[in-house]
Amino acid sequence: MPPMVTIENVSKRYRIGGLHPGYFTFREMLEGIARAPFRRWRGANGNGAHTRRNLWALKDVTLEVKQGELLGIIGHNGAGKSTLLKILSRITKPTTGRVKLYGRVGSLLEVGTGFHPELTGRENIFLNGAILGMRRAEIARKFDEIVAFSEVEQFIDTPVKWYSSGMYVRLAFSVAAHLEPEILIMDEVLAVGDAAFQQKCLDKMHEIRQQGRTIFFVSHNMPAVTRLCRRVILMQQGQITADGPAQEIVNTYLSSSWNISAERVWPEAEAPGNAVVRLRRVRACNEAGETIAAADIRRPIGLEITYDVLQAGHTLTPVVEVYNEWGAHIFSAHDTGAEWRRTPRPVGTYKSTAWLPGNYCAEGSLLVHASVMSHYPATALHVEARKVVAFQVVDSQAGDTARGDYVGPMPGLVRPLLKWETHSEVHGQQ
Amino acid sequence: MSLKPSDSVRPLEPTLEAAHAPQSTLNANDRPADDARALRPEERPHVLIESEESGVQLDLGDFWTYRELLYFLTWRDVKVRYKQTLMGAAWVIIQPLLTMFVVTLVFNKFGGLETGEQMPYPLFAYAGLLLWTFFANAVNNSTTSLVQNTSLITKVYFPRMFIPAAAVAAGLVDFAVASVILIGLMIYYHVALTWHLLLLPVYVLLVVLLALAVGLLISALTVKYRDLRHVLPFMLQFWMFASPIIYPLRKLQGRWYWLLTANPVTGIVEGFRAALAGHAAPLVPVLVSVALTLALLVCAIYLFRRLEVTFADVI
Repeated sequence: MPPMVTIENVSKRYRIGGLHPGYFTFREMLEGIARAPFRRWRGANGNGAHTRRNLWALKDVTLEVKQGELLGIIGHNGAGKSTLLKILSRITKPTTGRVKLYGRVGSLLEVGTGFHPELTGRENIFLNGAILGMRRAEIARKFDEIVAFSEVEQFIDTPVKWYSSGMYVRLAFSVAAHLEPEILIMDEVLAVGDAAFQQKCLDKMHEIRQQGRTIFFVSHNMPAVTRLCRRVILMQQGQITADGPAQEIVNTYLSSSWNISAERVWPEAEAPGNAVVRLRRVRACNEAGETIAAADIRRPIGLEITYDVLQAGHTLTPVVEVYNEWGAHIFSAHDTGAEWRRTPRPVGTYKSTAWLPGNYCAEGSLLVHASVMSHYPATALHVEARKVVAFQVVDSQAGDTARGDYVGPMPGLVRPLLKWETHSEVHGQQ
Repeated sequence: MSLKPSDSVRPLEPTLEAAHAPQSTLNANDRPADDARALRPEERPHVLIESEESGVQLDLGDFWTYRELLYFLTWRDVKVRYKQTLMGAAWVIIQPLLTMFVVTLVFNKFGGLETGEQMPYPLFAYAGLLLWTFFANAVNNSTTSLVQNTSLITKVYFPRMFIPAAAVAAGLVDFAVASVILIGLMIYYHVALTWHLLLLPVYVLLVVLLALAVGLLISALTVKYRDLRHVLPFMLQFWMFASPIIYPLRKLQGRWYWLLTANPVTGIVEGFRAALAGHAAPLVPVLVSVALTLALLVCAIYLFRRLEVTFADVI
């Protein structure tokens, strides 16, 4: 596959600080001119109020993207994702380095760029299309399709200032969706709006990728990134710190941002706990006993706690609590196994695993809290370790999950694969 | 020139489509989606994004690729301006017309200013005001245009020069409307039809280029130095009095005559009126205007190109 985009040692510097962050005033410029002859005398530490700080939004970024690749770009706010997109879209120039684009570029950093409230829907389609880089003949050819897609036929000759915000966004997106660049640059902004709108966006991206086009997709929606992209780059402080298969990079990102991985081991001296119990290891594993950062949504997931019992004679109940990335408490589970439920334990090392069935948790990141309690004869909390382990639940979209053939966003804390029944009474002829 | 996009919604003739066949490499890939699989990037990149240090490039190919956008931006400016007003085109006529009455009253009737020759003062003043109103409005609108279109500049790429250029071009529509009164006055005062009238478009072109040059220059600087916007109205007012708009250049002598001749507006206005009256234009002021206008335009384009790479960052 030939490269579609080559980014060579691109850096971008912004100057910030000074009296006004964004712009100067004419007065300042005149002042600057007036002072210029004296500047040399004062040396480097002359005018403190006007010193500007350099901020490197991108530092030596090199990247090659091939035809038909859908590249996900993730990272914290301020990591340089948007700056990279702006350079690729030719909105701003790199300070150093260069970029080669082997195709027509379309960028959607915002829906409805250039829409004018006073103009009608029809007029805005032409204006917006031209702004996005379409030719008039092309817009004219696709006009009916755009209008049909937007579902605002009735109001097409009404100024868009009278539109509801939903209509406005639909019309704006329709124009954007009919752009046919070979390289599409998309920012998160497209993922706003209601579920149906998001669905349209994601469907369209799918379609575009299948046409062999190249897409850059910036998003904070990790499930969407893992689902849509095969390759993902992680940006941190203006640099690409990881580049590889989507799942792997998303895991790296999440574990680095939470600083939590799928396994936590404590050396004996640091093991949390009391005189009775100490935690030694917590991890998420699969049926084969391997620690897993990314769990297949269809397979059972083991949450394993290893602990030392230091004092004999206590009945102990290991507990796991699972939270999702938004902080929702999905469930708590207490060990109810008959063997140790009411049996005082001798001193030793124990390993308890709670098995989550397959097709149980929804896609996304899960956080695990582990603790050991006593319930019988009396309740006591011996040790509680919060946010010790994090892992991802991934739907690889094989078609045999609760998604079926659906690829869009699927809200909900759990994702059971339910049994469906349809009884039919078919009327009329086939 | 039709300004309605609906005209182009009609199914396009195949021949028309063929006429739009690849004029530049950037357009070459506009094929139906089904063919997309067959897209083969060429060896040479379509677009090479160089660093800020790479210097100023004129990039004329880009202007050609985006030429339709210039039309759409102009069309938008015109459409929006006329949509929001109750009387529409009437305002465009009222402004120079009322000014003409006032200056005729003040300078001609009370002040006794005479223009001599074959041209009565009202026609003389209106011709000058027509050009000046276009020039001042074009400069004014293009100056604010970049800042007003911040969302375009920070969200999408196209030649930024089109924004102030569209503001100037939109002013031409007002100019055309206000010219109707000029024709009316010419008929009223029985202005003879001479071959000199054919020179009028040349002077209109000159004033457009001058407005474009000044507009590009000031709009580019306004992005960085916002307070230029407040300086501009004064500047334009002084400039008007320093141009022979409501008085003839011939009234001035010696030093003042030459000072005014150094003003690029002078030659254009004098030439325009001479063509209207059917006699030869004062050669030196016209040549000075042509030279200054072209020089200013080259400087403006260079400066604009140099500053435009920073627009998205500082606007």
